[in-house]
Formats: sequence, C-alpha cells, structure tokens
Amino acid sequence: MTCKKLVAASLLAMTVAAPAMAEVESLEPIRMTLHDWTGQLLTTHIMGGILEEAGYNVEYVQADYIAQFAGLESGDLHVAMEIWATTGQEAMDAAIATGNVVSFGPTGMQAIEDWWYPSYMEEQCPGLPDWQALNDCAQLFSTAETAPFGRYLGGPVTWGGFDEERIEALGLDFEVVHAGTDAALFAELESAYQRQAPIVLWIYTPHWATSRYDGSFVEFPAYEPACYEDPSWGVNPDMAYDCGKPRGDITAVGWAGVPEQWPGAAAAIEAFTISNDDMSEMVGLVDLNGEAVEDVAARWIADHEDTWRAWIQ
Amino acid sequence: MSVLDQDLKTPIRLRSLTWLRAPWLFWGGLLILTWAVSHYAFDIYRALDARWIIRFPATWQPDFESRITAFMDWLLHDAQLFGILFRDVTRAISAVIEAPYDLVVDVLVTGLQQGIGQQAVQILPPLSWVAVIFTVTAVGHYTKSWSMAVLMGLCFTYLAVFGQWESAMLTLASVLIAVPIAAGGGLLLGVLAFRVRWVDRAMRPILDLMQTVPVFAYLVPILFMFGFGPVSALVATIIYAMPPMIRVTIVALRGVPEELAELGRMVGCTRRQQMWKVLVPSAKPMLMVGVNQVIMLTLNMVIIASMIGAGGLGYDVLTALRRLDIGGGVEAGLAIVVLAIALDRLSQAYAGRTVTQKAAQSQGGFAMRHRWSLSIIAVILVTGLIGAAASWLQTYPDALVINTGQIWENAIGYINVNYFDTLDAAKTFLLTWFLLPVRQFFVGIPWPWGLMAMTLIGLRVGGWKLSLLVFVLTGLIVLSGLWDKAMMTVYLCGASVVIASAIGIPLGLLAASNPVSNRIVGAFIDTLQTLPSFVYLIPVVMLFRVGDFSAMIAIVAYALAPAVRYAAHGIRSIDPQIIEAGIVSGCTRGQLMRRIKLPMILPELLLGLNQTIMLALSMLVITALVGTRDLGQEVYIALTRANTGQGIVAGLSVAFIAIIADRLLEAAAKRMRKQMGMA
Repeated sequence: MTCKKLVAASLLAMTVAAPAMAEVESLEPIRMTLHDWTGQLLTTHIMGGILEEAGYNVEYVQADYIAQFAGLESGDLHVAMEIWATTGQEAMDAAIATGNVVSFGPTGMQAIEDWWYPSYMEEQCPGLPDWQALNDCAQLFSTAETAPFGRYLGGPVTWGGFDEERIEALGLDFEVVHAGTDAALFAELESAYQRQAPIVLWIYTPHWATSRYDGSFVEFPAYEPACYEDPSWGVNPDMAYDCGKPRGDITAVGWAGVPEQWPGAAAAIEAFTISNDDMSEMVGLVDLNGEAVEDVAARWIADHEDTWRAWIQ
Repeated sequence: MSVLDQDLKTPIRLRSLTWLRAPWLFWGGLLILTWAVSHYAFDIYRALDARWIIRFPATWQPDFESRITAFMDWLLHDAQLFGILFRDVTRAISAVIEAPYDLVVDVLVTGLQQGIGQQAVQILPPLSWVAVIFTVTAVGHYTKSWSMAVLMGLCFTYLAVFGQWESAMLTLASVLIAVPIAAGGGLLLGVLAFRVRWVDRAMRPILDLMQTVPVFAYLVPILFMFGFGPVSALVATIIYAMPPMIRVTIVALRGVPEELAELGRMVGCTRRQQMWKVLVPSAKPMLMVGVNQVIMLTLNMVIIASMIGAGGLGYDVLTALRRLDIGGGVEAGLAIVVLAIALDRLSQAYAGRTVTQKAAQSQGGFAMRHRWSLSIIAVILVTGLIGAAASWLQTYPDALVINTGQIWENAIGYINVNYFDTLDAAKTFLLTWFLLPVRQFFVGIPWPWGLMAMTLIGLRVGGWKLSLLVFVLTGLIVLSGLWDKAMMTVYLCGASVVIASAIGIPLGLLAASNPVSNRIVGAFIDTLQTLPSFVYLIPVVMLFRVGDFSAMIAIVAYALAPAVRYAAHGIRSIDPQIIEAGIVSGCTRGQLMRRIKLPMILPELLLGLNQTIMLALSMLVITALVGTRDLGQEVYIALTRANTGQGIVAGLSVAFIAIIADRLLEAAAKRMRKQMGMA
C-alpha cells in the first residue's frame, strides 16, 4: 500500500516536474527521418514523442533509407531509428567509418528475413515449413516463365540475400525472380492470397505482412557465420550458403553532432528498446485496423510512461 | 507506300522511287544480318575463342563511375568559388528558394506560426478551404468565362470533398514556387540564347541531356548539394521542368514577325526595350504554351519529388501503395489529375485571352475594375474571422469526406479472383510470341556488330555527321560496360513503343474523325498522362506479376499519348484540297485512308514516334520498381546505394539512347518530307 502510494506520488512529482525538465540543452529541432514502412514510422514517432515529452523539439523528414546517410553525415538529418543489419549494414558501417555518424546501439528488435509462404500452402504441400518438403512440391510454384522450376519471388536486387547461391547449394528446383521494390513484392502476395494461389517469396519482419497474412517462414538449416564462409559446413560439403538467412539487430544511428548538441536526447535514444512482438502488434493496429501511426505511438507513450521516464533521466 | 507506285508520272515520285528501291535492300539486309549475328554470336565467340565479342572486357573500361564519384566528392567537399565553398553556394541558393516556399506553405497549409516545435503558437490560420475555392473560381472567371469559373470551383471542391485538401494544398504550394522559377529562369535563358549565338549552341546539348537523363540519376547529387527536404525536391522539379520553357522561348522569339521587330527599331527602342517591350509581349501567347508545359511537368514530378522529402499528394500515393492501400493510392492519384486539369485549363485560358476581354476588364470605376480582387479579400477576411469560431468554415469537416477507397480495392480484387487466368493466358501468349523473341534478338547482338550497325544506320539516314555522332554515343555506352543493359533497354522500350503505336495511331485517327470521339480520346489520354504511373503499377503487378510484361504495360500506358496526338494532328493538318481531289477521283473511304491520308501523315507519325520513344525511356526508372534488368534498374540501384557515379553513367547512357533515336528519326522525317515535296 505505502509502496504503491510512493510510486504514485513520485510519478505525480515527475509529471509536475515535467515542465522543469523542459530545460533541455538546445531547442533546435532534432530532425528524425521517416521511411516507407509502418514499423519504422512507429519507432520514430514513439522516440520523437518521448523526446518531445522531455522538452526537445522534433522535426520529421521523409528520406530514402540508404540515401539518408548522406544527410546524416552532413548534419542535415540527425537521427535514423531503424537500420537493419540485414539490409543496411554495409551503408551503416561506411557512414560510421567517416566519423560523422554514430551508432545509438540496438533498438531491441530483431530483423528476420527469409523465404515465406501463406499457410494455405500447407494443405497442398504437406511437410512445410521444412525446406526439403518445399523442394518436393516445387512443381506447384512453377509458372510459364520459370517452368520446369518453381518460381521464388525474391527481393529487389539491392537487398542481396544470396538466394541464387542458396538455391544452388541446397539443390532447390526454384528460380529467383526479383521484384524491383517491396511494394511489388507485397502486391504479388496480395494477389496470390486473394486467389489462394501458390506463392513463396521473400518476407521480412517486423512488417505488417506477417500480421495481415497467415503464413510461416520456410525452415532452412539455421544460419551460422561458418555457413556463408566455409563451403564444407552444412548439408552441401562443396558450397557455402547452404542455410537460411542471418537474423540481426535493428540499430538506431545519428549524426555525430547529436551527442554534443543534445546529450540528453542521445542518451534517451541509446536507452530506447522495444520488442518484436510489441512492434508487430502496433504495426497490425495501423495496417489492419487503420489507426493513425501518431495515435498508436501516442498510446504506447501514454501506457509505458515509467519505461521511458527512465530513458530520459 | 502504295500511293507511291500509283502515279509514277510526277518527278517527285520518281526521285523517291530510287530511294525506295534501295532501302528494302539496305534495311532488310541489315535486319537479316543482325539477326544472324545475334543468333550465332555465341558460336562465333566459341569458334574464334574471342570472348570479348560478347562481353566487353572490364580491363578496357575507363571506369567512368569512380571518376565521376571522385569528382562529385571533390565538388561537394573541397571545391571553391572565389574562396567560397561550392557547398555553401548551393546551400545559399536553397535558402533563397526555401523562404518563399515556407511562406506559401504557411498561407495554404499550416498558418503563420511563431516559435519552433512544441513552443510554436499559431498567430494566423491558413486560408480556409472556402476562401481558396472562391479565389480560384474568381481567377477562372477573370481569365475566361463563367464556365471556366465553374470548372475551377468544381475541381477544387472535389479536392475538399474527397479528403485530399491538405495534401493538395501542399502540392499546390510546391507548384506555385517551382513554376515561376522554372518559367522565369527558362524565359531568361531562352532570351539569352536568342541573343547570343554561342549560348544557343552550347545550350542545345545541355537541354537534350536535361530532358533525357532520368531524374533519379541526379537526385543523389542534388540531395548532397541542397540538403534533405522540400528544397531538393523543388530543385529537381525545376531542372526537369525548365527545358521546354527555354526551347519554347527561343522558338517564340524567332517567330515574331520581322515587321514588328522592324517597327521597334524604327521607333528607336533600345535593345532592352526591343526585347521586353516588343518581342516578349508579342510572343506571349506562345510563351504561355511553354508555361503550360512547365506546369504539367511539375505535376509529373510530384511522386519522384516526394521520394526525397516533398510532402503532399505524391507522398500520399507513395505511402498508400507501399501499404498496398490501392484505393488510397487511386484517390490521391486522381486528385493529382484534377489539380493538373484545373491548372492546365487555367493557363491555357490565360494564354488565349483576347484583346476585347482585356479591354472589358479595364472599364468602369475602381470598385468595378477590381471587383474580383476586392471580393476575394472580403471572403478571405470573413471566412478567417468566422472560421475561428466555426471550424467547418476553416477546414472541411471530416464527417462529410467521401471515401471511395474500398470500391477500387474491391474492383481490383474481383478482377484478380475471376479473371486472373484469362489475363495470364493472354500474357503468356504475348510473352512467348512477341516479347521473348524480341528480347533474344536484341540481347544477343554483340557490341562490335551493334556499334557497326548503328554507325551504318546513321550514315544511311543522315550522312557522315550523324553517323559520327551515333558512333561516338554508342561507343561511350560500350566503353562504360553497359552494352547488355542498354540492349535490354532497347528491347523493352522498342517492344513497348511498337505496341503503343499500334494502339495509339488508330486511336488518333479515330479522334480526328469527329469531335465527340476527339473529346473522349482526349480526356482518356490526358488522364493516362497525368495520373502518376505508380497508381496503376501496383494493380498491374497484382494482375500480371513482377516482370517485363508488367513493365511493358506501364510504359505503353504512359507513352501512348504522343502517338495519339501526332496522328490526330497530322490528319487534321492535311490540306483539304488533297482529300477533295481523292474523293473526286473516286477513292473509297478505305482507299482515302490507306493511299492518301496515311502516306501524307507519315512524317508527323515519325515525330509522334520520336516523342513516344522519349516518354518510354523516361518511364524506365519507374518500371525498375517492378523488377526489370535494364539501364533503369541500374539507375535505381545507384539511387538506393547513393552511388553518384553509377547513377550518372547509367543515366547518361539512357540519355544517349534517347539522343540517338531522336536524331535518327528527325533526319528520317526531314528526308521523307523532302521527298513528298513538303519541306
């Protein structure tokens, strides 16, 4: 009882004290980048909302995922909340190497990207999600362009991912067709899903697709660094890439001037952490229930006050 | 061609016949030879053990990419102009553009605010929707008539009713900034080129490049130079929209009747007076055509601009489609079309204002002459004041917004579920019998033969000068190691252009046949051209899957317009006496079309073909989003990797293909005109 009261009182004190905390190092707006997937918008709006609660000014800027590094290096842009180890590692390492960009550490979310199929395929192709079972029904996925092989819809060429090598190493009867953009990727999934037609494609998560569509990732032999580097590893003794894709951190980065100009904000961003499940749930609220990103982010901020209060100490 | 063998008696025909007999030999021979080389390229390489025949060796490439990247790095970080960093210069320019833009955004969208971020306090509200609609309606009446006023009012009411108001105002704000800069800058450069010979000469190739290098290729350097945000988007838009204004200005000034210029000199005008008081005012109707072009191109850019920080309708389209919210994308896309229609009609009306209209407007007392300006001010004040209390007057109430999103979604879903197999069969047919063979033909051509064939074609069509140009440009593509990708580009564009012509030319003939079909066809192609291709790209992928076929549909849809327009224009501009003569000598309708009209409009069709090719090439970067493997993809990859050099090299290669096609067709059309005695 007393303990609860104490917490309540201190919370009250905090809220009362909040205006006093508004005395931050600089009122210059912190420019945070927005990209084109809902999860990133949520992460950014949550972080931005917390910074605003702390008294900072925040400005949101639409920027391309990779092209933004130029802006982060020059100080035009200040904070990018989601750089995925699976897609942005190279660009991030290069930017940090210039000394003008710093990492704010992992955000707690884990990127998963791999071959994925809708759950109605399990009836037509029993044995899924095992990759060998998938290979046995490669015929199911075949189209005019790829026959006699199955059609696997890969990500844009720029995403890399070594799918051609994986097909070769695991002896899969599939051919990769690259989508030019993730919009095209999900357009095909939507189309196939409406018709309950066979499809296997590259999906990444946290993403709305895994909450909108029912399905699972294909289970390849689990990734280990040795799999990509050492041909003798794994089921195929002569070739590398005979495993699934690596999973990795999602990291926040920013302009090197941020810790100098807004030390408190930099510390808060470093402290920021959220789980895959929380994020997927919120992404679902936005993309499935049609709620506004800002509302969902504001609700998270309201519900987790004691979590983020600790970040802005 | 059949009209040519009909009356061999005239000397013109005789001359053309000698030209005609050889062409079959030349073109047919070249085609067969090229096909053979393309088909057996692999065997030739094996037989001679010369792999360089099919793959241009990497060691021969001068590595343009990293050189350009290094140069850009130097330019952005170290280059100095009179002791000032180049970067600071571009940043200063960006500040100059940003100030008026912020002001317009304040007026139309956010209202005047003081302070930054959360501390900001709104001092003045933005213009209310009622005030903006009233203003455009008044402007509509001022420039033309009541019907114009109604059209403008309806267009802007549409934006409010369908819930696109705020985004549309943001887009309008960028149009209001980009158009004056592009049009004004274009006018000044055009005047300069008109006055100074060498400027004209130097500008020509630069204009060609500005119009043909895909915007994506220079987005990254622009971001470096002008910073992230709406200004970079505005700069890219201005670069894209300015060239037609420059060209139109030069043509318009040259077109001013000599008598008028003479008059100016006689009354003792100075050079400056001569230019700004005589030449420019009398060229004004034509100049307004240029302004109209600038407006349309600016609206064309909204999607790409939104990729680098411009908000508004383009951004809405982009985000809606990334979420697969097709309905949302179509709604925002149609709002762009509506905005384009309003601005297009308005600028056309302004160009066509008559002297009597102007005279009528300058009659009466002060209140009479300024009745519209006064009432606009009154409405702004009244809605502003009452709007503070009654919010429905300030912003259009959300409850009354009409949402059509679900309808579109259901329509696509219905087609997908019920007709996918039919569509798929049609697609497979076209792929097997048309696209794939064409692709095999082009992709198989080894670069040495390609270079030779292009040079020969240049020589044949336009003489040694053209041949040299073609040789150099093709050679540069080969040297940059992009030959294969360039051939993929030629294949995809070529196939699309053939199909676009096959659909477009009959449509054009139909449009020219009577006013009703003219209107319908006109509205159809206007919509196709202003509706951002992104809007239909995603449904197309849903129905036809990722691949060349989807890309081809998008290209055809966008590149259709000029084929239609030029065909219709050609038919309309045929001398009626010639048709009369045909009817008198007993031609049936079919004969009239085949033997007189079609041969007569051939040069016009070639120009239309030229434009179709240009538009097809400009679509390449967009189709890269659905997974093509051509130069467009190369540019797109460069953009996503922020690789300046790669983007510029691939972008220039696209431009070279465009320039080669343009020069060859121009020369061919010229030659054909000469033969028909029309030159």
